[in-house]
Amino acid sequence: MHQFLVEPLFGQDWAIGGQSIAFTNSAAWMAVTLVVLWIFMLGGMKRELVPGRWQMAVEGFTGFITEMMDSNIGPAGRKYVPYVFSLFMFILFANILGMLPTALFGVHAFTVTSHLTVTGVLALLTFAIVLIVGFWKHGFHFFSLFAPSGVHWTMKVFLFPIELVSFMMRPFSLALRLFVAMTAGHVLMKVLAGFVISGVNAESIILTPLVTIPSFALMIGITVLELLVAAIQAYVFALLTSLYLNDAINLH
Amino acid sequence: MDAQSAALIGAGLAAIGAGMAALGVGNVFGSFLESALRNPAAADGQQGRLFIGFAAAELLGLLSFLIAILLYLKA
Repeated sequence: MHQFLVEPLFGQDWAIGGQSIAFTNSAAWMAVTLVVLWIFMLGGMKRELVPGRWQMAVEGFTGFITEMMDSNIGPAGRKYVPYVFSLFMFILFANILGMLPTALFGVHAFTVTSHLTVTGVLALLTFAIVLIVGFWKHGFHFFSLFAPSGVHWTMKVFLFPIELVSFMMRPFSLALRLFVAMTAGHVLMKVLAGFVISGVNAESIILTPLVTIPSFALMIGITVLELLVAAIQAYVFALLTSLYLNDAINLH
Repeated sequence: MDAQSAALIGAGLAAIGAGMAALGVGNVFGSFLESALRNPAAADGQQGRLFIGFAAAELLGLLSFLIAILLYLKA
Protein backbone atom coordinates (compact mmCIF):
# COMPACT_ATOMS: atom_id res chain seq x y z
CA MET A 1 0.00 0.00 0.00
CA HIS A 2 2.97 2.24 -0.64
CA GLN A 3 0.94 4.23 -3.19
CA PHE A 4 -1.17 5.78 -0.38
CA LEU A 5 1.84 6.94 1.64
CA VAL A 6 2.09 10.69 2.14
CA GLU A 7 5.75 11.63 2.44
CA PRO A 8 7.43 15.04 2.50
CA LEU A 9 9.35 16.01 -0.64
CA PHE A 10 11.06 19.06 0.82
CA GLY A 11 10.65 21.55 3.64
CA GLN A 12 10.66 18.91 6.41
CA ASP A 13 11.62 21.55 8.96
CA TRP A 14 8.81 23.98 8.06
CA ALA A 15 6.30 24.23 10.87
CA ILE A 16 3.42 26.37 12.09
CA GLY A 17 2.55 26.04 15.76
CA GLY A 18 4.44 22.76 16.08
CA GLN A 19 2.62 21.18 13.10
CA SER A 20 4.72 20.20 10.11
CA ILE A 21 3.71 21.91 6.87
CA ALA A 22 6.25 20.15 4.63
CA PHE A 23 5.56 20.04 0.88
CA THR A 24 4.34 16.45 0.46
CA ASN A 25 3.78 14.29 -2.62
CA SER A 26 0.06 14.87 -2.04
CA ALA A 27 0.58 18.63 -2.35
CA ALA A 28 2.79 18.07 -5.40
CA TRP A 29 0.05 16.08 -7.19
CA MET A 30 -2.55 18.69 -6.27
CA ALA A 31 -0.27 21.27 -7.88
CA VAL A 32 0.14 19.03 -10.96
CA THR A 33 -3.67 18.66 -11.15
CA LEU A 34 -4.05 22.42 -10.96
CA VAL A 35 -1.45 23.05 -13.67
CA VAL A 36 -2.94 20.44 -16.04
CA LEU A 37 -6.43 21.85 -15.42
CA TRP A 38 -5.16 25.37 -16.03
CA ILE A 39 -3.51 24.39 -19.34
CA PHE A 40 -6.64 22.50 -20.40
CA MET A 41 -8.88 25.49 -19.68
CA LEU A 42 -6.54 28.11 -21.17
CA GLY A 43 -6.25 26.13 -24.41
CA GLY A 44 -10.03 26.06 -24.83
CA MET A 45 -11.04 29.58 -23.78
CA LYS A 46 -10.31 31.26 -27.12
CA ARG A 47 -14.00 32.08 -27.77
CA GLU A 48 -13.67 31.48 -31.51
CA LEU A 49 -16.87 31.55 -33.54
CA VAL A 50 -16.06 28.19 -35.11
CA PRO A 51 -14.62 26.16 -32.23
CA GLY A 52 -11.72 23.78 -32.76
CA ARG A 53 -11.45 20.37 -31.08
CA TRP A 54 -9.90 21.70 -27.89
CA GLN A 55 -12.47 24.45 -27.48
CA MET A 56 -15.24 21.89 -28.11
CA ALA A 57 -13.83 19.70 -25.33
CA VAL A 58 -13.79 22.57 -22.83
CA GLU A 59 -17.23 23.80 -23.91
CA GLY A 60 -18.52 20.26 -23.57
CA PHE A 61 -17.51 20.24 -19.91
CA THR A 62 -18.81 23.73 -19.13
CA GLY A 63 -22.07 23.05 -20.99
CA PHE A 64 -22.50 19.76 -19.13
CA ILE A 65 -22.17 21.36 -15.69
CA THR A 66 -24.26 24.42 -16.63
CA GLU A 67 -27.05 22.17 -17.91
CA MET A 68 -26.92 20.09 -14.73
CA MET A 69 -27.16 23.22 -12.55
CA ASP A 70 -29.99 24.66 -14.67
CA SER A 71 -32.08 21.50 -14.46
CA ASN A 72 -31.47 20.97 -10.73
CA ILE A 73 -31.62 24.53 -9.36
CA GLY A 74 -33.00 26.77 -12.08
CA PRO A 75 -31.91 30.27 -13.05
CA ALA A 76 -30.79 31.08 -9.47
CA GLY A 77 -28.14 28.39 -9.77
CA ARG A 78 -26.07 30.20 -12.42
CA LYS A 79 -24.16 32.04 -9.68
CA TYR A 80 -22.80 28.75 -8.31
CA VAL A 81 -21.77 27.21 -11.65
CA PRO A 82 -18.10 28.32 -11.29
CA TYR A 83 -17.78 26.61 -7.88
CA VAL A 84 -19.41 23.34 -8.96
CA PHE A 85 -17.45 23.38 -12.22
CA SER A 86 -14.12 23.85 -10.41
CA LEU A 87 -15.04 21.08 -7.97
CA PHE A 88 -16.00 18.69 -10.78
CA MET A 89 -12.92 19.39 -12.88
CA PHE A 90 -10.51 19.21 -9.93
CA ILE A 91 -11.88 15.86 -8.75
CA LEU A 92 -12.02 14.47 -12.30
CA PHE A 93 -8.46 15.51 -13.13
CA ALA A 94 -7.12 14.37 -9.74
CA ASN A 95 -8.81 10.96 -10.15
CA ILE A 96 -7.54 10.45 -13.70
CA LEU A 97 -4.01 11.76 -13.04
CA GLY A 98 -3.75 9.30 -10.14
CA MET A 99 -4.53 6.46 -12.57
CA LEU A 100 -1.81 7.33 -15.08
CA PRO A 101 1.02 4.77 -15.34
CA THR A 102 3.66 7.42 -14.63
CA ALA A 103 5.70 4.78 -12.76
CA LEU A 104 7.00 3.75 -16.22
CA PHE A 105 8.93 7.04 -16.20
CA GLY A 106 10.10 6.67 -12.60
CA VAL A 107 7.47 8.97 -11.05
CA HIS A 108 4.99 7.32 -8.71
CA ALA A 109 1.46 8.58 -9.29
CA PHE A 110 -0.43 9.64 -6.20
CA THR A 111 -4.22 9.82 -6.11
CA VAL A 112 -5.02 12.94 -4.13
CA THR A 113 -8.69 11.99 -3.74
CA SER A 114 -7.83 8.66 -2.06
CA HIS A 115 -7.26 10.55 1.19
CA LEU A 116 -10.07 11.48 3.54
CA THR A 117 -8.38 14.76 4.47
CA VAL A 118 -8.60 16.05 0.88
CA THR A 119 -12.13 14.83 0.14
CA GLY A 120 -13.19 15.92 3.63
CA VAL A 121 -12.07 19.47 2.99
CA LEU A 122 -13.90 19.50 -0.38
CA ALA A 123 -17.07 18.18 1.31
CA LEU A 124 -16.78 20.71 4.16
CA LEU A 125 -16.42 23.47 1.57
CA THR A 126 -19.69 22.39 -0.06
CA PHE A 127 -21.41 22.05 3.32
CA ALA A 128 -20.19 25.49 4.42
CA ILE A 129 -21.44 27.09 1.19
CA VAL A 130 -24.83 25.39 1.62
CA LEU A 131 -25.11 26.65 5.21
CA ILE A 132 -23.97 30.19 4.35
CA VAL A 133 -26.26 30.47 1.32
CA GLY A 134 -29.18 28.95 3.24
CA PHE A 135 -28.93 31.22 6.26
CA TRP A 136 -28.05 34.26 4.16
CA LYS A 137 -31.04 33.86 1.82
CA HIS A 138 -33.68 32.60 4.25
CA GLY A 139 -32.42 33.47 7.74
CA PHE A 140 -33.85 31.19 10.42
CA HIS A 141 -36.56 30.17 7.95
CA PHE A 142 -33.84 27.82 6.64
CA PHE A 143 -34.82 25.41 9.44
CA SER A 144 -38.10 24.76 7.60
CA LEU A 145 -35.93 22.53 5.40
CA PHE A 146 -36.10 19.99 8.23
CA ALA A 147 -39.88 20.19 8.64
CA PRO A 148 -41.55 19.05 5.40
CA SER A 149 -44.58 21.16 4.50
CA GLY A 150 -48.03 19.60 4.49
CA VAL A 151 -47.19 17.32 7.41
CA HIS A 152 -49.19 17.39 10.66
CA TRP A 153 -47.26 19.00 13.54
CA THR A 154 -47.24 15.80 15.62
CA MET A 155 -45.37 14.10 12.78
CA LYS A 156 -43.03 17.08 12.37
CA VAL A 157 -41.82 16.54 15.96
CA PHE A 158 -40.46 13.16 14.89
CA LEU A 159 -39.38 14.17 11.39
CA PHE A 160 -37.34 17.20 12.51
CA PRO A 161 -34.55 15.25 14.29
CA ILE A 162 -34.45 12.63 11.52
CA GLU A 163 -34.11 15.27 8.81
CA LEU A 164 -31.55 17.15 10.92
CA VAL A 165 -29.39 14.03 11.31
CA SER A 166 -29.64 13.24 7.60
CA PHE A 167 -28.62 16.84 6.84
CA MET A 168 -25.65 16.69 9.20
CA MET A 169 -24.52 13.40 7.61
CA ARG A 170 -24.15 15.05 4.18
CA PRO A 171 -20.50 16.15 4.43
CA PHE A 172 -19.52 12.71 5.75
CA SER A 173 -21.34 10.87 2.98
CA LEU A 174 -19.88 13.18 0.31
CA ALA A 175 -16.32 12.80 1.60
CA LEU A 176 -16.51 9.09 2.36
CA ARG A 177 -18.00 8.15 -1.02
CA LEU A 178 -15.19 9.69 -3.05
CA PHE A 179 -12.44 8.59 -0.67
CA VAL A 180 -13.59 4.97 -0.33
CA ALA A 181 -14.37 4.58 -4.04
CA MET A 182 -10.89 5.72 -5.05
CA THR A 183 -9.11 3.77 -2.30
CA ALA A 184 -11.06 0.57 -3.02
CA GLY A 185 -10.40 0.87 -6.76
CA HIS A 186 -6.66 1.31 -6.27
CA VAL A 187 -6.48 -1.54 -3.75
CA LEU A 188 -8.33 -3.81 -6.21
CA MET A 189 -5.92 -2.93 -9.02
CA LYS A 190 -2.97 -3.49 -6.67
CA VAL A 191 -4.27 -6.94 -5.68
CA LEU A 192 -4.79 -7.97 -9.34
CA ALA A 193 -1.33 -6.68 -10.27
CA GLY A 194 0.02 -8.77 -7.39
CA PHE A 195 -1.65 -11.86 -8.92
CA VAL A 196 -0.03 -11.16 -12.29
CA ILE A 197 3.44 -10.74 -10.78
CA SER A 198 3.13 -13.79 -8.49
CA GLY A 199 2.00 -15.86 -11.49
CA VAL A 200 5.07 -14.84 -13.49
CA ASN A 201 7.39 -15.39 -10.53
CA ALA A 202 6.05 -18.94 -10.02
CA GLU A 203 7.92 -19.99 -13.23
CA SER A 204 5.67 -23.01 -13.65
CA ILE A 205 4.44 -24.17 -17.06
CA ILE A 206 0.89 -24.80 -15.84
CA LEU A 207 0.49 -22.23 -13.11
CA THR A 208 1.94 -19.18 -14.86
CA PRO A 209 -0.46 -19.06 -17.87
CA LEU A 210 -3.35 -20.24 -15.68
CA VAL A 211 -2.96 -17.38 -13.20
CA THR A 212 -1.23 -14.60 -15.11
CA ILE A 213 -3.27 -14.43 -18.31
CA PRO A 214 -6.79 -14.30 -16.76
CA SER A 215 -5.56 -11.90 -14.07
CA PHE A 216 -4.02 -9.65 -16.69
CA ALA A 217 -7.19 -9.66 -18.80
CA LEU A 218 -9.25 -8.86 -15.71
CA MET A 219 -6.76 -6.15 -14.77
CA ILE A 220 -7.28 -4.39 -18.12
CA GLY A 221 -11.05 -4.56 -17.65
CA ILE A 222 -10.85 -3.27 -14.08
CA THR A 223 -8.57 -0.41 -15.19
CA VAL A 224 -11.19 0.69 -17.73
CA LEU A 225 -13.86 0.34 -15.04
CA GLU A 226 -11.77 2.50 -12.70
CA LEU A 227 -11.53 5.23 -15.36
CA LEU A 228 -15.35 5.09 -15.54
CA VAL A 229 -15.58 5.24 -11.73
CA ALA A 230 -13.20 8.23 -11.69
CA ALA A 231 -15.59 10.12 -13.98
CA ILE A 232 -18.77 8.90 -12.22
CA GLN A 233 -17.50 9.86 -8.76
CA ALA A 234 -16.58 13.36 -9.95
CA TYR A 235 -20.05 13.65 -11.53
CA VAL A 236 -21.81 12.33 -8.41
CA PHE A 237 -19.92 14.78 -6.20
CA ALA A 238 -20.94 17.68 -8.45
CA LEU A 239 -24.51 16.39 -8.76
CA LEU A 240 -24.99 16.04 -4.99
CA THR A 241 -23.42 19.48 -4.46
CA SER A 242 -25.96 20.95 -6.88
CA LEU A 243 -28.83 19.15 -5.09
CA TYR A 244 -27.69 20.42 -1.69
CA LEU A 245 -27.35 23.93 -3.11
CA ASN A 246 -30.89 23.56 -4.48
CA ASP A 247 -32.13 22.79 -0.95
CA ALA A 248 -30.38 25.90 0.36
CA ILE A 249 -31.61 28.20 -2.43
CA ASN A 250 -35.18 27.02 -3.01
CA LEU A 251 -35.90 25.27 0.33
CA HIS A 252 -38.34 22.49 -0.60
CA MET B 1 -13.10 -16.23 21.03
CA ASP B 2 -10.43 -13.56 21.40
CA ALA B 3 -10.97 -10.01 20.21
CA GLN B 4 -8.70 -10.37 17.19
CA SER B 5 -10.54 -13.29 15.61
CA ALA B 6 -13.87 -11.64 16.41
CA ALA B 7 -12.70 -8.51 14.56
CA LEU B 8 -11.61 -10.58 11.55
CA ILE B 9 -14.94 -12.44 11.44
CA GLY B 10 -16.70 -9.09 11.73
CA ALA B 11 -14.65 -7.75 8.81
CA GLY B 12 -15.71 -10.74 6.74
CA LEU B 13 -19.35 -10.26 7.69
CA ALA B 14 -19.15 -6.55 6.86
CA ALA B 15 -17.90 -7.46 3.39
CA ILE B 16 -21.32 -9.07 2.72
CA GLY B 17 -22.64 -5.50 2.60
CA ALA B 18 -20.44 -4.77 -0.42
CA GLY B 19 -22.06 -7.65 -2.29
CA MET B 20 -25.51 -6.43 -1.24
CA ALA B 21 -24.66 -2.98 -2.59
CA ALA B 22 -23.76 -4.67 -5.88
CA LEU B 23 -27.34 -6.01 -5.98
CA GLY B 24 -28.62 -2.51 -5.23
CA VAL B 25 -26.55 -0.82 -7.93
CA GLY B 26 -27.54 -3.49 -10.44
CA ASN B 27 -31.17 -2.96 -9.50
CA VAL B 28 -30.89 0.80 -10.00
CA PHE B 29 -29.37 0.52 -13.49
CA GLY B 30 -31.52 -2.48 -14.44
CA SER B 31 -34.76 -0.75 -13.55
CA PHE B 32 -33.60 2.40 -15.34
CA LEU B 33 -32.80 0.48 -18.50
CA GLU B 34 -36.09 -1.40 -18.34
CA SER B 35 -38.14 1.77 -18.21
CA ALA B 36 -35.82 3.67 -20.56
CA LEU B 37 -36.49 1.07 -23.26
CA ARG B 38 -40.23 1.51 -22.73
CA ASN B 39 -40.02 5.28 -23.08
CA PRO B 40 -36.67 6.26 -24.64
CA ALA B 41 -37.75 9.88 -25.13
CA ALA B 42 -38.01 10.48 -21.38
CA ALA B 43 -34.82 8.59 -20.47
CA ASP B 44 -32.27 11.37 -20.96
CA GLY B 45 -34.14 13.70 -18.62
CA GLN B 46 -33.91 11.18 -15.78
CA GLN B 47 -30.15 10.66 -15.86
CA GLY B 48 -29.62 12.89 -12.84
CA ARG B 49 -32.07 10.83 -10.78
CA LEU B 50 -30.38 7.65 -12.02
CA PHE B 51 -27.07 8.79 -10.59
CA ILE B 52 -28.65 9.95 -7.31
CA GLY B 53 -30.04 6.43 -6.88
CA PHE B 54 -26.70 4.96 -7.88
CA ALA B 55 -24.86 7.19 -5.38
CA ALA B 56 -27.22 6.28 -2.54
CA ALA B 57 -26.96 2.54 -3.24
CA GLU B 58 -23.20 2.68 -3.69
CA LEU B 59 -22.55 4.69 -0.53
CA LEU B 60 -23.97 1.93 1.70
CA GLY B 61 -21.71 -0.64 0.05
CA LEU B 62 -18.69 1.63 0.41
CA LEU B 63 -19.54 2.17 4.09
CA SER B 64 -19.58 -1.59 4.67
CA PHE B 65 -16.22 -1.82 2.88
CA LEU B 66 -14.93 0.93 5.18
CA ILE B 67 -16.15 -0.94 8.28
CA ALA B 68 -14.48 -4.10 6.96
CA ILE B 69 -11.18 -2.26 6.42
CA LEU B 70 -11.35 -0.63 9.86
CA LEU B 71 -11.99 -3.98 11.56
CA TYR B 72 -9.26 -5.65 9.51
CA LEU B 73 -6.66 -3.02 10.35
CA LYS B 74 -7.73 -3.08 14.02
CA ALA B 75 -7.21 -6.84 14.28
